[in-house]
Amino acid sequence: MSYNFKETMNKPERLAPGHRMCAGCGGTIAVRNVLRGLHEGDKAVIGNATGCLEVSTFTYPYTAWEDSYIHNAFENAGATMSGVEGAYKALKRKGRLDDTYKFITFGGDGGTYDIGLQSLSGAMERNHDMVYVCYDNGAYMNTGIQRSSATPMYADTTTTPVGSKSNGKPQNRKDLASVIAAHDIPYVAQTTFVQNFKDLHIKSEKAIYTSGAAFLNIMAPCPRGWRYNTPDIMEICKLGVETCYWPLFEVVEGKWILNYQPKNKLPIEDFLKKQGRFKHLFKKENEYLIEAFQNEVDRRWEELLFRCSR
Amino acid sequence: MAKRDRLSGNEAVAIALRQINPDVFPAFPITPSTEIPQYFASFVANGLVDTEFIPVESEHSSMSAAIGASAAGARSLTATSSCGLAYMWEELYIAASNRLPLALALVNRALSGPININCDHSDSMGARDAGWIQIYAENNQEAYDNMVQAYRISEHKDVRLPIMICQDGFITSHAVENIELLEDVEVKDFVGEYEPEDYLLNSKCPLAVGPYSVTDYYMEAKRNQAEGMRCAKQVVLEVAEEFAALSGRQYGLFEEYCLDDAERAVVMIGSAAGTTKDAIDRLRAAGEKVGLLKIRLYRPFPAEEIAGALSHVKAVAVMDRAEGYSNQGGPLGADVMAAMFRARSKAFAVNYVYGLGGRDVRVEDMEGVFADLKKIVEDGDAGETYRYLGVRE
Amino acid sequence: MEADISRLGLRAKWSDLTEGMKIAGAGTSRGFHTGEWSSVKPEFIEEKCKQCLLCTPVCPDSCIPVKDKKRGAFDYEHCKGCGICVKACPFGAITMEGVN
Repeated sequence: MSYNFKETMNKPERLAPGHRMCAGCGGTIAVRNVLRGLHEGDKAVIGNATGCLEVSTFTYPYTAWEDSYIHNAFENAGATMSGVEGAYKALKRKGRLDDTYKFITFGGDGGTYDIGLQSLSGAMERNHDMVYVCYDNGAYMNTGIQRSSATPMYADTTTTPVGSKSNGKPQNRKDLASVIAAHDIPYVAQTTFVQNFKDLHIKSEKAIYTSGAAFLNIMAPCPRGWRYNTPDIMEICKLGVETCYWPLFEVVEGKWILNYQPKNKLPIEDFLKKQGRFKHLFKKENEYLIEAFQNEVDRRWEELLFRCSR
Repeated sequence: MAKRDRLSGNEAVAIALRQINPDVFPAFPITPSTEIPQYFASFVANGLVDTEFIPVESEHSSMSAAIGASAAGARSLTATSSCGLAYMWEELYIAASNRLPLALALVNRALSGPININCDHSDSMGARDAGWIQIYAENNQEAYDNMVQAYRISEHKDVRLPIMICQDGFITSHAVENIELLEDVEVKDFVGEYEPEDYLLNSKCPLAVGPYSVTDYYMEAKRNQAEGMRCAKQVVLEVAEEFAALSGRQYGLFEEYCLDDAERAVVMIGSAAGTTKDAIDRLRAAGEKVGLLKIRLYRPFPAEEIAGALSHVKAVAVMDRAEGYSNQGGPLGADVMAAMFRARSKAFAVNYVYGLGGRDVRVEDMEGVFADLKKIVEDGDAGETYRYLGVRE
Repeated sequence: MEADISRLGLRAKWSDLTEGMKIAGAGTSRGFHTGEWSSVKPEFIEEKCKQCLLCTPVCPDSCIPVKDKKRGAFDYEHCKGCGICVKACPFGAITMEGVN
């Protein structure tokens, strides 16, 4: 699949303005660019787990979606879309529908990694012809920045606050892309906003047009939760990739493929120091925490390289 | 031409579903409703239906997928019991508030804990305020007939609400009875094609479902939803009338058995009504004026009609197959007594909790209830209005 | 049938609301003007623009319309002034107070 940037930007917008996501939100940047993966003429039904995206893009009577859209609840976006896709199959079979529809579900990390994991796992295992897109901002942002299993180690959140006895979240983050890849579905990929969205666009198009279940994990920074300078989102994403905190990879029919290897892997401090949620790590006495963070990034990166070299 | 067959309640409902040939059926097994999706899966496997059967990973997902399918424009349903219904609680409200016409074949079973697989009504009674139409069966024939009528009620343009077709776990779901089935073509014609107006897969106009609603709209949204329920009662009657013309079997909001001239009456739901009828037959033979009001439509609650049917009785025993933990009795007791109060009834009324977790209800037990009512009338005092039947003291 | 959202304002009666709160139609959010959220907005300096379109995908609010592969004026009715586009422009064709 090729990427013609200007052609892609010229496509009709499928997320209308007037939604109520915060200024500078990474979530809607992810959504707009994923939806550009749809071919013109193809219709779509968009699913959505409860979260910022849902309450902000369909606030009665204002929908920001140009396609059909369904929000059901927090923990069941996978199952809900299973039913929509099932309806599509049944209506096609019964000769009651001619158009081609694609099925794309968005969930934040709360609705995906945590409360919605069972429903997602079921939908993936049953191999419904759908794409589940996690816009991962690493915490429950809609309820006010509580930790999730996607929250990185040591992040300061409202349920893992930094204090005299706490350095933020004690646990490491869940590697959800691996968990979903272990479902042995046709397509899994991880991406973010880099390379003028080439990586994200190609993966979105592949995911949408792969027959069967596909999963995209997209790092989508949240300026409020991460506490960085809002206009710097693209730089944050680039640093996530260049430090190997957020590697770009695909798992195609079980085969792991590394999509980008930094020539010069940057130290994790470069990613952490731009974000207020990691401010405490830069106190003199906390150097060991950054070292531990770096060790974990390195360990996961090596693991990924090993998987991709097999 | 109707045909007779010996069927369990589960099999009868599964056959009704085969005849309806719905579009999407997501399901998860739970005793005692498991057989319904099992039978149905075999229909799919043998090409007897062209339904999309989705064997999901939980009841929460079966209702979620049924909602997705219904919103997409498909005729959908699921089946469950007990904890399965409890697990999909949140989704029951969402199905109703989205005004989605879908069906749930519920096989009533006690809620945990302790875990128990036998019949009571604690599962569906807990869901009584979820905005679903609830229809109950006494026996296998009624379970089948109610399922055949379900979509006509649920999909009616004035209603558009989900419908729960309930039968008693094991007592009707597994016991085999002689019943009369309609021909496949009769059911197909009776149920008709599903023609939704607005749906996700409508290529002419996209649809957004499931908004966030600020306070300015929420209350109006609930009132709007209640309108569907207000219309449901009349639709239930109209569909029953058409069904009677087809099958010869009459249904209403409730069944009256020897109630016309009864001085004492029992009000109840479900299979134990059959036992009560036997008790009534015995007592009537001895000249006692006793009767039964068996509720078919519980939600919406036909309060005026029930109070009207009971207006001449001196004492009523309302039988709840569920605890309410209000220290006053169960949900049916509260509803019936409120209906009688509104109608300025002067009758004595007591409320029994009975049959929990499959506890047997014998003819003698129900004779005992009528004897209790006799004493109440004689004493001119209802005494304790919150009672247990069949518990070891 | 497409919903007429002009009838669904905050004073709408219960009987005016759409069944099940579903909205038939698309992109009705255009009628909600998030541009009011911020007084600081990016400015487009057209003569510096090379029409590379790098600003268009980074906007969280779909406020940089593209037609015939060329960007147009900002949609100030909806722009929340986040400033991301300022940083995305390699040619200094977008400026905003407080963003360097």
